Amino acid sequence: MEFKISKKAKTFTLTLMVIGLLFTGIGIAMHSSDHHFATRFLSNGLINSLFFFSIGLGALFFLALQYATETGWYAAVKRVIEAVMGFIPYGIGFLLLIFIVLTIMDGAHIYTWMDPEVVAHDDIIKMKSTYLNKTFFWIRTVAYLGIYFWYWRGFRTRSLEEDKVGGTEIHFKNYKKGAVFLVFFAVFSSTSSWDWVMSIDVHWFSTLFGWYTFAGIWCSSMTVIVILTLYLKKLGYLPKVNDNHIHDIGKWVFATSFLWSYLWFSQYMLIWYANLGEEVIYYMMRIEHYQVMYFGMFLVNMVFPMLLLMSRDAKRHAGTLTIIGVIILIGHWSDVYIMVSAGSLGAGASIGFLEIGMLMLMAGIFIRVILNNLSKAPMTPINHPFLDESIHHEI
Amino acid sequence: MADRILYAMYDDEEILKDGAKMLVAKGVKVEEVFSPFPIHGIDPIIGIEQTRLGIFSFIYGMIGLTLATTGMWFFMIYDWPMNIGGKPSFSYLENMMSFIPITFEFTVLCAAHGMAITYLIANRTLPGMKSQNPDPRTTDDKFVMECRTSQNTQFSADELEKMMKSTGIIELEQKDI
Repeated sequence: MEFKISKKAKTFTLTLMVIGLLFTGIGIAMHSSDHHFATRFLSNGLINSLFFFSIGLGALFFLALQYATETGWYAAVKRVIEAVMGFIPYGIGFLLLIFIVLTIMDGAHIYTWMDPEVVAHDDIIKMKSTYLNKTFFWIRTVAYLGIYFWYWRGFRTRSLEEDKVGGTEIHFKNYKKGAVFLVFFAVFSSTSSWDWVMSIDVHWFSTLFGWYTFAGIWCSSMTVIVILTLYLKKLGYLPKVNDNHIHDIGKWVFATSFLWSYLWFSQYMLIWYANLGEEVIYYMMRIEHYQVMYFGMFLVNMVFPMLLLMSRDAKRHAGTLTIIGVIILIGHWSDVYIMVSAGSLGAGASIGFLEIGMLMLMAGIFIRVILNNLSKAPMTPINHPFLDESIHHEI
Repeated sequence: MADRILYAMYDDEEILKDGAKMLVAKGVKVEEVFSPFPIHGIDPIIGIEQTRLGIFSFIYGMIGLTLATTGMWFFMIYDWPMNIGGKPSFSYLENMMSFIPITFEFTVLCAAHGMAITYLIANRTLPGMKSQNPDPRTTDDKFVMECRTSQNTQFSADELEKMMKSTGIIELEQKDI
């Protein structure tokens, strides 16, 4: 069945984008004379590019995981995963734009290690400058984004080719490529989160940071996938998807929420316990200036899925899943927001028209791109070798 | 009233499933199925309710949580106040971070063990209990379906036997109790 973007969805995404643009305009008009305006504007750009790019990246990782483990159940929702993963090239575009501007502006107080004047007076950054310098940063960034793009294109092309030719050759090729991608991703998900996010708090470091960020990415991706599946099923586009598939993706949302909470807690508890000045400073900033939002988002991302998604019935109920999904997404956006803002703007950060406007604008683009991707291929893969198994999926 | 139990043995779970479907369609109540492995989709056919093991697991988890919290509060704060991580505040709430891992572990421990023991009791498979299956071959490669005449009073024993025999069985055993 071919997917057509409904009129309602078109109006919705357009409204989001227009209101977002309007709010951004108001925000710029209100704050453009502020001292930290450039930092604030670019922080928001970075937050939203990272958040939405990583949702696409999480979907790519999830698809590679299904390939590498030769899973059967997901075949019926494969095109949904692919559609979410289709945001990757757009996300790469946004990220590159932000990184180029930041490099030209010597970090714009976000990546302070890019600023030669700051580095000259800072012994800690000097020690890190063999790793954290503009050239090496760009070599790494291009390598991450290039490889993500390469694998995204490969998986997508082969998936569409499989629809035409069938057989198992493509399946086994995907199996191998998926496994290799996971190896790359295991390293790159950690190092890219150091480069892009952790280096904002340049004096601080945590060995858990990569996993923590990755868990957040995975959870947001699964949430987007489940909401999109429910939406498409409601419109009747996914006749092969039954409650068991929904239940399974719901379990992923539940499990990854826990993975995220577990890593959040592990990082927090160890630093709290050791109580070393250079580590605690990271949490001091967050507790003193972002208290409600920081602990609020932890509770939202942990307690909501724990209590409300624990029962089997809740994971099979479209309404519950959608509402919790939207709340979790807001929670994870707040997580990324604090990660970036607390490092770049510190005590001076606040959520106003600019933040909400840019989020709405990006969300509108993101949803539109995903729906557009869906309309480019049949909703159920035609020749996937495990399609029959997936249709009869029962748990 | 005398009860007669009929054990029909199959050598394929799909044949058993089709047989069960046919019998249930005719109004026969299938009491139990014995199988060496879980048969997909047999539960709704013979009308077995959704398990409540998950609810029990939650209750055991809550018991573990309460026990761990009370225990640690008593040992570490009340009975013998401890200086935890160089923070001698002697307050459970302020030192909560260091108690969470143990709370978590103990919750999981109680939930898992409670669930396992409940499962063994519910199935009467605790060590030393007499086995419930009618034939030891159901732990290897055979499948047995059990029907009782007392639950199928609308049929005579012969009728029931005849119906069960028509479902592709390999053996039929009867037992009066």
